[in-house]
Amino acid sequence: MAMTMSQKILAAHTGLKSVEPGQLVQAEIDLVLGNDITSPLAIQEFSRIGVDSVFDCGKVVIVQDHFTPNKDIDAAEQCKMVREFAREKGIHNFFDVGEMGIEHVLIPEKGLVVPGDVVVGADSHTCTYGALGAFSTGVGSTDMAAVMATGKCWFKVPGALKFILKGKPRRFVTGKDIILHIIGEIGVEGAQYKSMEFEGDGLEFLSMDSRFTIANMGIEAGGKNCIFPVDEKTVEYVKSHSSRAYKTYEPDDDAEYEKTYEMDLSSIPLTVSFPHSPGNSRSINDVGSVMLDQVVIGSCTNGRMEDLRMAAHLMKGNIVAKDVRVIIIPGTQEIYLQALEEGLIKTFILAGAVVSTPTCGPCLGGHMGVLAKGERAISTTNRNFVGRMGHPESEVYLASPAVAAASAITGRISNPEEIRGDT
Amino acid sequence: MKARGKVFKYGDNIDTDVIIPARYLNQTDPKVLAKHCMEDIDPTFSHKVKPGDIIVANRNFGCGSSREHAPIAIMASGISCVIASSFARIFYRNAINIGLSIFECEDAAKNIAQGDEVEADFGSGHIRNLSRNREYQSQPFPEFMMEIIKAGGLINYVKKDLTETTKELRR
Repeated sequence: MAMTMSQKILAAHTGLKSVEPGQLVQAEIDLVLGNDITSPLAIQEFSRIGVDSVFDCGKVVIVQDHFTPNKDIDAAEQCKMVREFAREKGIHNFFDVGEMGIEHVLIPEKGLVVPGDVVVGADSHTCTYGALGAFSTGVGSTDMAAVMATGKCWFKVPGALKFILKGKPRRFVTGKDIILHIIGEIGVEGAQYKSMEFEGDGLEFLSMDSRFTIANMGIEAGGKNCIFPVDEKTVEYVKSHSSRAYKTYEPDDDAEYEKTYEMDLSSIPLTVSFPHSPGNSRSINDVGSVMLDQVVIGSCTNGRMEDLRMAAHLMKGNIVAKDVRVIIIPGTQEIYLQALEEGLIKTFILAGAVVSTPTCGPCLGGHMGVLAKGERAISTTNRNFVGRMGHPESEVYLASPAVAAASAITGRISNPEEIRGDT
Repeated sequence: MKARGKVFKYGDNIDTDVIIPARYLNQTDPKVLAKHCMEDIDPTFSHKVKPGDIIVANRNFGCGSSREHAPIAIMASGISCVIASSFARIFYRNAINIGLSIFECEDAAKNIAQGDEVEADFGSGHIRNLSRNREYQSQPFPEFMMEIIKAGGLINYVKKDLTETTKELRR
């Protein structure tokens, strides 16, 4: 039977010649990951299974990124428990404060995922690695525990949606605008249980950073996974980050897709998602006057080099608006250092922004920028649910780093053309 | 496995951030999580809920974060089962894996109202609305998932599986 890219990868990991949508399979897992919030539950469940060791010390990754550096005593206790587990089980890829970064930025950077892998993570944004041509999806803590013990995970083989991206994006339009636009089009349940498979000549205009951003937010459309074909950009990225051998998969010509969406990237506008749903997206031209209290640039969605460079390009020589708090969070230590060397950190500080050590912090209302009642933020993160960044009566608007940085300067949601219309 | 209780009714896209806000994810104690369950959209939920009560919601229940704290908080609140038109996939997995009963049934989700008295049979998927004298039938679970459910969750299932594999290896 003809298969999509995701289906082929799953089949290869189950020892079956082919799989079909709806089929329940047990697949061998190449990498399982957790963080400081999901691992504590997974560790408790793992201890109930009664095995002494994890299935493979090199295939378990734990990143302490959500409430770190420890935000309070309870968070510190959880991190301590996770740290002790990692030490006791000899987990090679345990990343703590000092070498940690936001997991979905860090893991590709460390070369831990390569094309053709099957990856599960106790974090919904594990779908990010589909940008590398891997089958990668979020699960819960109990799943993480079972995979740590057995190296296997059960899946329902997903049906597929095809997204054909054509043409070249307009100036300032990046992966974030494209994915917010897609979620607005298909809805927050539009890809429920399905794989979102991308192709088309427009992909050549999308950097790896933009592809990570798009794959990252597939979950906000309900997607099981997102997947991109492996092209020259992917190969270059993988080769410069990993020495592991990899396998590339291409969909069969007659693979079945439940729906095909064709999108002309040149017609996708700068896009902002209004509270309280990522699917509530609008063109920047239809935003109106939205005054802001806070701007956040960072996260597993937009804490990469391309994002920081864009923000610095807009902020250079400008000062952030009075009464607006601007928080910039590089995704990893390496990105932080690179941004420092390129002078971006200096640009941010001179503009009146603060720069934080890598953390998920404000994205989920944890720390480093929690909102008070009635406050409003624009953020490059991935969710704007009720109470996501703090008080249940606060508001989060989702946008790209370009829109967020322009808005930081004007104090209201703004088109970057206002700031750098000329250059 | 029969559940019976009063219904708490919610709408579409109830995300895991409102089921249990992230500010409480610095702990894993089910009792503490239960105290804050649904508090951002229904601040009185934890005071009103009684053992056996049932949550009924529309589409995409449990969307968003993979936090297993969400089904744990619901279970620890005393909720006996969740009935929804559809579930977000990670929540669906987590519920099955930890043994929280769920029913996917659009008919029931549409026609059950806040405060109705409902009885649901997990084995047969049969749901009865005692307040309105109506009956609904939910989607059956695939056999493999029923095995996990019967074992009392994924951990017990894996334990059993590992014990059998070890026995085979020793033969």
